[in-house]
Amino acid sequence: MVLFIIFCPIVAAVLIMLGAPARKTALAASVLTFAEALFLFASLDHGHADFQHVTSFSISPEWRLSFTTGVDGLSIIMVLLASIVTLAAVWFAGTIERHENAFYACLLLISGGAIGAFASIDLFFFYAFHELALIPTFLLIGIWGSGNRVAAAWKITIYLAIGSFILLLGLILLYQSFPLASRSFDIRVLQTAAGMGQISPDAQRNVYLLLLIGFGILISLFPFHTWAPEAYCAAPAPAAMLHAGVLKKFGLYGLLRLAIPILPEGARHWATLLVVLLLGNIIYVGLVTIAQKRLDWMLGYSSVMHMGYILLGLASFGVLGVTGAVVLMFAHGLSIALLFGIAGELRRRTGTLVFDELGGLARVMPFAGLAFGFGVFAAIGLPGFANFAGEIMIFFGAFRNGWEIGRFHIFQIATILSLWGVVLSTVYMLRAYRKTFMGSFREQWQKLPDLSPALRMPITLLVAALLCCGFFPQFFVRIVTPAFRTYLSANK
Amino acid sequence: MSSITAPILEIAVLVLGMVILMIEAFAEKVDKRVLAFAAITGLAVVLVASFFVAPSQSTSPATGFWSFYTADRLAIFFKQFALVTTIFVLIMTIDYAPVMRSFFPGGPPQASLGEFVALPLFTCTGLMYLVSAIDFVFIFVALELVTVSFYVLVSFTRRNPMTLEAGTKYLILSALSTAFLVYGIAWIFGATGQTNLYRLTAALANTGSNSGAVLLGMVFVLVALGFKIAAVPFQIWVPDVYQGAPTPVTAYLSVGSKAAGFIVLLRVLQPFMNLPQTHRLVFVIALPTLIYGNLAALPQTNLKRLLAYSSIAHAGYLLIGVVCFDVRAISFYLVAYLLMTLLSFAVLIIVAQQTGEEISDFDGLAKRSPFLAFAMLIGMVSLAGVPFTAGFLGKFYIFYAAVLQRQIALVVVGVITVGCGFYYYLKVVRAMYWQSSSDVDAVPVNGLSRIAITALIIGTIWLGVYPQPILEALKR
Repeated sequence: MVLFIIFCPIVAAVLIMLGAPARKTALAASVLTFAEALFLFASLDHGHADFQHVTSFSISPEWRLSFTTGVDGLSIIMVLLASIVTLAAVWFAGTIERHENAFYACLLLISGGAIGAFASIDLFFFYAFHELALIPTFLLIGIWGSGNRVAAAWKITIYLAIGSFILLLGLILLYQSFPLASRSFDIRVLQTAAGMGQISPDAQRNVYLLLLIGFGILISLFPFHTWAPEAYCAAPAPAAMLHAGVLKKFGLYGLLRLAIPILPEGARHWATLLVVLLLGNIIYVGLVTIAQKRLDWMLGYSSVMHMGYILLGLASFGVLGVTGAVVLMFAHGLSIALLFGIAGELRRRTGTLVFDELGGLARVMPFAGLAFGFGVFAAIGLPGFANFAGEIMIFFGAFRNGWEIGRFHIFQIATILSLWGVVLSTVYMLRAYRKTFMGSFREQWQKLPDLSPALRMPITLLVAALLCCGFFPQFFVRIVTPAFRTYLSANK
Repeated sequence: MSSITAPILEIAVLVLGMVILMIEAFAEKVDKRVLAFAAITGLAVVLVASFFVAPSQSTSPATGFWSFYTADRLAIFFKQFALVTTIFVLIMTIDYAPVMRSFFPGGPPQASLGEFVALPLFTCTGLMYLVSAIDFVFIFVALELVTVSFYVLVSFTRRNPMTLEAGTKYLILSALSTAFLVYGIAWIFGATGQTNLYRLTAALANTGSNSGAVLLGMVFVLVALGFKIAAVPFQIWVPDVYQGAPTPVTAYLSVGSKAAGFIVLLRVLQPFMNLPQTHRLVFVIALPTLIYGNLAALPQTNLKRLLAYSSIAHAGYLLIGVVCFDVRAISFYLVAYLLMTLLSFAVLIIVAQQTGEEISDFDGLAKRSPFLAFAMLIGMVSLAGVPFTAGFLGKFYIFYAAVLQRQIALVVVGVITVGCGFYYYLKVVRAMYWQSSSDVDAVPVNGLSRIAITALIIGTIWLGVYPQPILEALKR
């Protein structure tokens, strides 16, 4: 079941490389993946927190390494996100002039890697599947990118390679921190062992710091964020959608999956550091975003900024905040994919994304304007969109953490500052919307065609998912909370 | 089948080599490629036979032959390693034959090809003895067998000035390192009265012996072996010799010679591991090897030279394993290294015949011959250390051992140099997939090479996903 959903994109990628018709195969594979993800989502038993649909193949009994896959509430939401964004990205890709087969194969490999990472219960494969996306990303940016693609491709590849090797050290250290009898790559075994207090607080702190740096580079946490905007604006739109929407969530997913159940002491110890860094993401990067003069750079920076909110929810270390973080991960993945997709279409039509050269495009492209507006409002966090549901849970969760009557601690101050971040994002998002779709219209864009009906499908899909999760967040919350309730209530 | 014992394997290879040399000398009519196929078949038979040899641990009171020859699991495993390497090198030789012929313009069309097939067999014998050697005298003899045959192989296409330069450099520096080895052995023998490694361990355990003199001897031996495994600061010869030597020989040097060097290093250091200085000494050469190999590889534009620096860099990772003294991690890394390096060299030989050895000669290879480009992609990605390839698991086990022993400095430097590695290996990928080329002809690949390359690709990915067979074979 889960195996099928992991290998569907990968097998399709191989078939495409062997000469199957690229677009048709890719579309068929992503539709299949999406259907399968929906089915898994619907059939998941909400009652208990365990992994379901588990299959396991032993690789090395000596290392207790096995290829184990399965989903629980947290991972099914990520898998669902990955499948929706993959479908949208493949749909958006359209016809590619050069090496069409390689392009679609790379896209599907990224998607398969992401889904594999989310659905792996084994740490080794969790790590390895994520790395599977590294080379396709390099090729996608390098071959089909635009602008300063060469520098961007090197930067993202080397950044992510170093980040993931630091992460690997963290995982090795985590594995070795357990006594011999309970050493395993299986997350479930590690969680049980950690629950019995088999990992010392000292080890927890060291491992957490390594994981924070390793995952932090992948998430584009504040001082390590410079690769992200550059890579996203150089990447072809479908690659940016997949990377910013799905793959970057891997780091957050990893922290949720490992830090909260296994390393609570480490998380508590480094909470102040994390809060300071994530405020860097929200405030500093937020201000940088306002200064951007191009739509793609602005979107790239805004995706870095929004990581700050998700990390705030994660750092709040309560059921409410963490659940909000998961909902926001889902919401942000959809909204940023929507925005990058439309920005890519704009670039294809106009050849430029500089604000001063655009303007009034809603007159000739009303549908694109409407869709972009939805994306903008979702990203700001307007009520009704999934982002609002996530952000409000995060703010309440973070504010409540360590709350005493009459005293503001770091979390309360951080929450207040983050709320100002919402104002920042309103400023840059609305300004971008005004400068692109509203305002004075330039004659040279008179002949611009609106989005074709074929492209309206993926946009509708993304917007529908955003609204659906925005109005009925309980479907998601109900699925996610069992996964955390045991750990977080025990820690309270 | 229990009648096969380990020493028969070496004798079989030696006889095979001599027979081929005789046919070369006396039967001039025979097509020389037949000789290569005969050698490959013969080695394959020996390889199969080696799986039926039962490992036997030789003990310290053993006398006679078994006091300097061991057939433990590690030895048998690396005998198979040497055989596999030699088979692939011979397959490359067949591809390389037209290039060699161009360096002997006057002679008959297949002049000297027979010798070029026979010599690797002698080297292989040397390598097989070397991994079994547990006595300094025997280590010396086996090492010389390897080195002397390499003298000839490296400078084989001697009409090429670059090859001649490489041969001279290799000869002089190799002789120097041999001198160091003998001198070191003399010191150790003088201080302890032993050349057998097991008895040496016992002798060192008696605190009566002069540890200063033993240590001095050990340093000399380390210098000599540092030359073989291309560790900094004994790496000066590597780039020039690798670039100048005929490419199959470069591949052989980089895989066979290095692997044997590491096995000898492990065996030789075993008695000294109780001395705290040993760890520090290996640490002191591991760190600069990692840094130098990776940094110097960054600006390279010639692929053969790039692979030379990468071989120094990989020696650095292997030395991390030596510092931690994790035999299985090193052995696994060497197997991974064999697969990915031979894969890269096999593609290099084929492509270089049409265009050249510069990285820019690989421009647009993905368009011209997708198969070769894919093979090179797997080789490079594995050398860089991307998961689901053998190279990643090799690094994983090495880093695992280093983290376990809290070698913080080595781990930190290791991670940064891995980042460098991604840059220079992906430079080749970039040339193949991003760049477009003016040349549009497909590169022809003959059937045998295609099979060999496919086998190497499958091996690289297979071990990256399912390493258990190798770990099982290395279990003591």
